[in-house]
Amino acid sequence: MADSERTQYKLHVGKIEEGFVIDHITPGNGMRLYYDLGLDKLGCCVAMILNAFSMKMGKKDMIKVEMPLRKYDLDTIAFLDQHATVDIIKDGEIIGRPKLTLPKKITNIIKCRNPRCITSVEHELDHIFLLTDAEKGIYRCKYCETEWDKESK
Amino acid sequence: MKSIMSPLDLSTAELDELMDTAEDIMANPAKYAHACDGRLLATLFYEPSTRTRLSFEAAMLRLGGKTLGFHSSDSSSATKGETVADTIRVVSSFADICAMRHPKEGAPMVAAAVSQIPVINAGDGGHQHPTQTLTDLMTIRALKGHLDNLTIGMCGDLMFGRTVHSLIRALIRYENVKFVFISPKELMLPSYIRDDLLTQNNIAFREVSRLEDVLPSLDILYMTRVQRERFFNEEDYVRLKDFYILDKKKMQLASPDMLVLHPLPRVNEISTEIDDDPRSVYFKQVRYGMFIRMALILKLLEIKVD
Repeated sequence: MADSERTQYKLHVGKIEEGFVIDHITPGNGMRLYYDLGLDKLGCCVAMILNAFSMKMGKKDMIKVEMPLRKYDLDTIAFLDQHATVDIIKDGEIIGRPKLTLPKKITNIIKCRNPRCITSVEHELDHIFLLTDAEKGIYRCKYCETEWDKESK
Repeated sequence: MKSIMSPLDLSTAELDELMDTAEDIMANPAKYAHACDGRLLATLFYEPSTRTRLSFEAAMLRLGGKTLGFHSSDSSSATKGETVADTIRVVSSFADICAMRHPKEGAPMVAAAVSQIPVINAGDGGHQHPTQTLTDLMTIRALKGHLDNLTIGMCGDLMFGRTVHSLIRALIRYENVKFVFISPKELMLPSYIRDDLLTQNNIAFREVSRLEDVLPSLDILYMTRVQRERFFNEEDYVRLKDFYILDKKKMQLASPDMLVLHPLPRVNEISTEIDDDPRSVYFKQVRYGMFIRMALILKLLEIKVD
C-alpha cells in the first residue's frame, strides 16, 4: 500500500461522513455490541477500536459506523452498555448526542434462558423483555417474567 | 374482550364484584343454572390437572353451558407440532371461552394475544395460576369476612410455590396484612418477592423455620406441598418433602379461629387426623374455587344475571 493510500485509508476510518460513533463503551463490550447491533451483517463501513485510551475511563472501546442510526440501535446500546455515548454524524460533523435511556421493551436482543418458558419450545416467538425496575435496570421476560441475568453473556 | 393471565389483571374492586357474584351463586344456584345455555368452554390442558379441570368443567356445567377439550398434550395437536397460537385460533372457532393449562410458562399469554375468545390461564408451569389465587381469596373472605387486617402464615415450599407468590401479590393490595413465612432455608422466598415486593412496599413479614413458634399468632395458615415437578434434582426433593407436617399436636398451638388452607393435592404435609378439625378448610376451599370460576366465566362472557 502506497503512503498516500495509507493516509487516505486512515482518514477514512478516522472521520465518517454520515453515521454514528458509539463512544465510551466499557472495554471488552465492543465486540458484543458489534454483533448485537447486527453490524456484522450490514455491509457498511464499520471501525472497531478496542482498548483505546480514555481520560475518563482509563480504557474504552469505540465503534464508528457509516450508516444512519436507527431507534433499534439506540435501545440496544442503552440496554447493553449504560456507560456508552452516541454521536450522530452528518457531513463529517457531530450533529447530535442523543440521551441513552433504558428502553421499556426490547425485542430479540437477548433470549430468555428459562427452560420452562414457552419461548424455549416455540422458536418463532419474539423474545421480548420488559423493563420492570428502571432504577435497578431489571428486565423480565414478557412471557414467564424471569429476570434477565445481566452477568450472563 | 378480556383474558385473565394473572390475579393482578383484576382490580380489588373487580375482585370484590367477582366474589360478590360467587357468593350470590352459592346462595341462589337456581338463578344461574341456565346463565350459560348454549355456551361452550374449551378446557385445553396440555398437562394433567384433574382438580382444576374438573372445577372449570363443573363451573360451566352448573351454569348450563357445555365443555370440550383435551386433557394432556398427547391428545392434542401439539404432538404434531402445532403451536399454541394456532391451536387457540382453531379453538376460537368452536368455543366461547377457554381455560388453558400448559407446562410452559407464558403459553396462555401467547394464546390470549391471538385469541378471538377470552382465555383463562389455568396454570402455566411454575408461573401463574390466577384462579387458584381467586379461590384462596374467596375462601378467606367468605370465612373471615374480610381480606385486610390479617396475619397470614405461609408454610412449605416458598421458593417454587407459585400459589404462594400469587397470593402474596394479591394480598398486599389490602390494608394491614402481615406475613409469616415458614420454610427450610433451601425453600425460602426468592429475593424478587422478599426484597423487591415486600420490603419495597413496606409490608410487615417474618421468616422463620419452626412452625410451632408462630402458630398462635396466625389468622390463616396456608400450607403448600413440596412439588416433585419443580425440582431438577430428585435428591433435593426427597430431602425436603417431609420438612413440615401439620398434625393434631401442632394444631393445639393454633388459635381457635385460625384457618388452614391448602391448594391441594396434599401429600403428607397435612395429617389426615386434622381433616375433621373445623379450622381445616381446604376441602371447602375446593368448593369456593368452583363458585369463583363460575363468577369468572360469567364476567368474561359479559353475562349478567338479575
